[in-house]
Amino acid sequence: MIKKFDKKDEESGSGSNPFQHLEKSAVLQEARLFNETPINPRKCLHILTKIIYLLNQGEHFGTTEATEAFFAMTRLFQSNDQTLRRMCYLTIKEMANISEDVIIVTSSLTKDMTGKEDVYRGPAIRALCRITDTTMLQAIERYMKQAIVDKVPSVSSSALVSSLHMVKMSYDVVKRWVNEAQEAASSDNIMVQYHALGLLYHLRKNDRLAVTKMLNKFTKSGLKSPFAYCMLIRIASKLLDETEGGHDSPLFDFIESCLRNKNEMVVYEAASAIVHMPNCTARELAPAVSVLQLFCSSPKAALRYAAVRTLNKVAMKHPSAVTACNLDLENLITDSNRSIATLAITTLLKTGSESSVDRLMKQISSFVSEISDEFKVVVVQAISALCQKYPRKHSVMMNFLSNMLRDDGGFDYKRAIVDCIISIIEENPESKETGLAHLCEFIEDCEHTVLATKILHLLGKEGPRTPQPSKYIRFIFNRVVLESEAVRAAAVSALAKFGAQNDDLLPSVLVLMQRCMMDSDDEVRDRATFYMNVLQQKQKALNAAYIFNGLSVSIPGLEKSLHQYTLDPSEKPFDMKSVPLATTPISEQKSDITPMATSKIQDKLTPSRQDIYQEQLAAITEFQSLGPLFKSSDQVQLTEAETEYVVRCIKHTFARHMVFQFDCTNTLNDQLLQKVMVQMEPSESYEVIQYIPAATLAYSQPGSSYTLVRLPDDDPTAVSCTFSCTMKYLVKDCDPNTGEPDDDGYDDEYVLEDLEVTVADHIQKVLKSNFAAAWEEVGDEFEKEETFALASVRTLDEAVGNIISFLGMQPCERSDKVPENKNSHVLFLAGVFRGGHDVLVRARLALADGVTMQVTVRSGEETVVDVILASVG
Amino acid sequence: MVCLLLLQEPTLYTVKAVFILDNDGNRLLSKYYDPELYPSMKEQRSFEKNIFNKTHKADNEIAFLEGMTIVYKGSIDLFFYVVGSAQENELMLMSVLNCLFDSLTHILRKNVERRCLLDNMEGVFLVVDEIIDGGVILESDPQQVLQKVNYRADENPLSEHSVAQHITEKLALTSNVLQSAKEQIKWSILK
Repeated sequence: MIKKFDKKDEESGSGSNPFQHLEKSAVLQEARLFNETPINPRKCLHILTKIIYLLNQGEHFGTTEATEAFFAMTRLFQSNDQTLRRMCYLTIKEMANISEDVIIVTSSLTKDMTGKEDVYRGPAIRALCRITDTTMLQAIERYMKQAIVDKVPSVSSSALVSSLHMVKMSYDVVKRWVNEAQEAASSDNIMVQYHALGLLYHLRKNDRLAVTKMLNKFTKSGLKSPFAYCMLIRIASKLLDETEGGHDSPLFDFIESCLRNKNEMVVYEAASAIVHMPNCTARELAPAVSVLQLFCSSPKAALRYAAVRTLNKVAMKHPSAVTACNLDLENLITDSNRSIATLAITTLLKTGSESSVDRLMKQISSFVSEISDEFKVVVVQAISALCQKYPRKHSVMMNFLSNMLRDDGGFDYKRAIVDCIISIIEENPESKETGLAHLCEFIEDCEHTVLATKILHLLGKEGPRTPQPSKYIRFIFNRVVLESEAVRAAAVSALAKFGAQNDDLLPSVLVLMQRCMMDSDDEVRDRATFYMNVLQQKQKALNAAYIFNGLSVSIPGLEKSLHQYTLDPSEKPFDMKSVPLATTPISEQKSDITPMATSKIQDKLTPSRQDIYQEQLAAITEFQSLGPLFKSSDQVQLTEAETEYVVRCIKHTFARHMVFQFDCTNTLNDQLLQKVMVQMEPSESYEVIQYIPAATLAYSQPGSSYTLVRLPDDDPTAVSCTFSCTMKYLVKDCDPNTGEPDDDGYDDEYVLEDLEVTVADHIQKVLKSNFAAAWEEVGDEFEKEETFALASVRTLDEAVGNIISFLGMQPCERSDKVPENKNSHVLFLAGVFRGGHDVLVRARLALADGVTMQVTVRSGEETVVDVILASVG
Repeated sequence: MVCLLLLQEPTLYTVKAVFILDNDGNRLLSKYYDPELYPSMKEQRSFEKNIFNKTHKADNEIAFLEGMTIVYKGSIDLFFYVVGSAQENELMLMSVLNCLFDSLTHILRKNVERRCLLDNMEGVFLVVDEIIDGGVILESDPQQVLQKVNYRADENPLSEHSVAQHITEKLALTSNVLQSAKEQIKWSILK
């Protein structure tokens, strides 16, 4: 039997795989041997192995042939050969989903599971649970309960783990075994402890109180299993996170005490848990960091990796806490495991000083080609962070990045580099030309459409304003000749921007456009024709509106409006101004650098916040005549955080009205509120038209009440107003447990904080990517200028911040960033005033004792200019 | 995404996949425990290929690929891999890998190489089954695993038949060794 494969081996040499040329049909043919009497255990064992091997290689078994083999296999239960029986269990598990009527072996398995042979019992339970469904589970419930508390560890563990698998399927049945699991948790065997704890947590995880009790019990009793300790630490940190428990809680103490555990696995788990806690102070981090520091010099690669990976995470938020480990990290730079070396370097880049950057960059470039894409992304992100920290180093970085861009790599890696270069260009004007040159070179040979279009867009935006715009034309036109439709279309748009901005290039651009009009793709042709016609007019205003600044409306909103228009045909042309504007993101969300997270979450086009509100408000009949929603403000808190009722307000602005949406939450579990409304007393000539109360407000279920206000028609400059607010409602006491209210109630009221409406509520942010063009487009017909002294402001940064938040307009051309050590600055702001009038503000700021500000406002409507200036004054 | 990491549900499902490849990257055994991870055979194969290409040159013990933490170990012409999520405790995965390797070392009588592994494939299947059950670590102590599997590579050395087989095999092996020695000498002379 030892030479069982020899025959085949002779054919194909001694190193070959005896299973290599297995034929499914031949193996199934052999399986007939199972029916022979007496059973030959060795031969049968070998056939079963072949079947499992084939299944493992991904061979497809049809239902009929699988069922046939399965039924033949059941005969093998007559043999008492131990290994053969165990292989039968494996076959049952492997075939559970392929073969039909697998439940035929239930009785054999039940016999084995309750039999005398301990070797069979554990595996039999696991095989049985694999083929059992909810209805049959009831039948074996008694055996399962016994097995969980069995004194043989393998039986108990098998029963616990199988129960855990079945929780998904039959929670209600498994829930009844809680007491048995509890008993198993106090077993002496470490694995049984671990499995019991896992099952108990799974059954109780929705009951926070039970979890807390369980934690208390186990943290005190002291478990023996390191796995169970790790599990406890995870449960404890999750509970801490959910309850927002302070770091003086006993749970935190428990986790900290685990830092002194004998087992490295537990120590690391505890350190990692502390590091991942939000709002950890440097002092709380210190013990965790110091154990990680110790691990850095461990001979085990996995431990070094774990430690440096976790330190890397700490360095993102608390670089100073990791500085103490710099020496140990330096040693890891030369680690033979490149993943460890990369993590060490990127951590050092975060904690190190400016002087060490050059050295580290040199070191990293020596092996960047050897590491995986995932880590290359980590490196790029570290560089990106570094560029923000030390802008002076941009030339070193840019050089490095361009070298990386030339190497092979996947999409995520290339995208990270391109994003990083773009952010450097935007931060440092002096790096613009080299950066653009690198990107131009990159798109010459770029297989990723998304990146190519992104770069073309950037070239169109930045290229025309460089000293030598003509040199980019060649790169862009090459795309038109060589690339796919999407890239060609993007290239055409970029070309148009050059033509619009550089008069001397215009004739050549027009010639190129003409060629694009012959393109095989209709989108490319359409764009070329459109731009051609716009450019030929040679009008600055047209260029600004249709080439530089594009549409500023929200796309879902536009879709809806157009749909509405086609449903209801009228003589009137479609009015763009009736479409709600796109809300520009308030600040670009800098996503935390989480290289370890799987990037499987796809970016979906989600409707913006405002589109959601628009939908909600349109559903209320009273608001349907108000027209499109112009702007929704952020939430304003009208109560303290820890009060009986929590009220937040959102201000919705329409063309002539405002709607105040009060989101109220009742935090008293013995009260039911009804007919909740917020009464508002305006200080100016605003007129409250209607209240729409929230019908009921049950405990902890938020509800909304609305107040509709008409804006004053006669005085358009009255844009700011203060409202005093009172919440009025009918209280019904109710039973805290059942929520059953009394029949009678009484009226009550609750005074809220005052609500302010300011000029910012009337202006929607709009990004004009080319401010100068927009400035020309609006023209100086209604231009006004005034000078103010801001005495209370000490720095330009502060002044810029104040103006932006006060006017609620979008800073353009990155003018919200004040260069260091400058005494003057120009801020460009763009927005749309309620009613659809573009408004642009240019504020020249000069720093003397205080800040002097000269504000120039342009708009298509005179009153708007007055409103802005009046409100600034 | 940071929040997702933090609020990760504590669970016993530690191991996402386990596989053994030969020195050409071919699969000898592989088990995937998370049905959402590489559900099709094609995806699994390409995952294994990718992992193999990135790891077989240097015995580095741990790597991070395709968003997974992978611990691995090579032995002669075999590669053992244990895969866990990015947030998994690396040392837990290590303990699984070590247990698998030590148990197999014992079963295969220290001949942890492809030929021997394939000759004892049933033992290998049983060992993996005793260490991990549906992604849960069932046992991490090699002694316990061996006791539970109770598998011997050589079946009953006392039976006449098998002794004879044993001897023939040993002889074959010796003659093989002699043969290869001869070859080598021949080649060195020819050079």
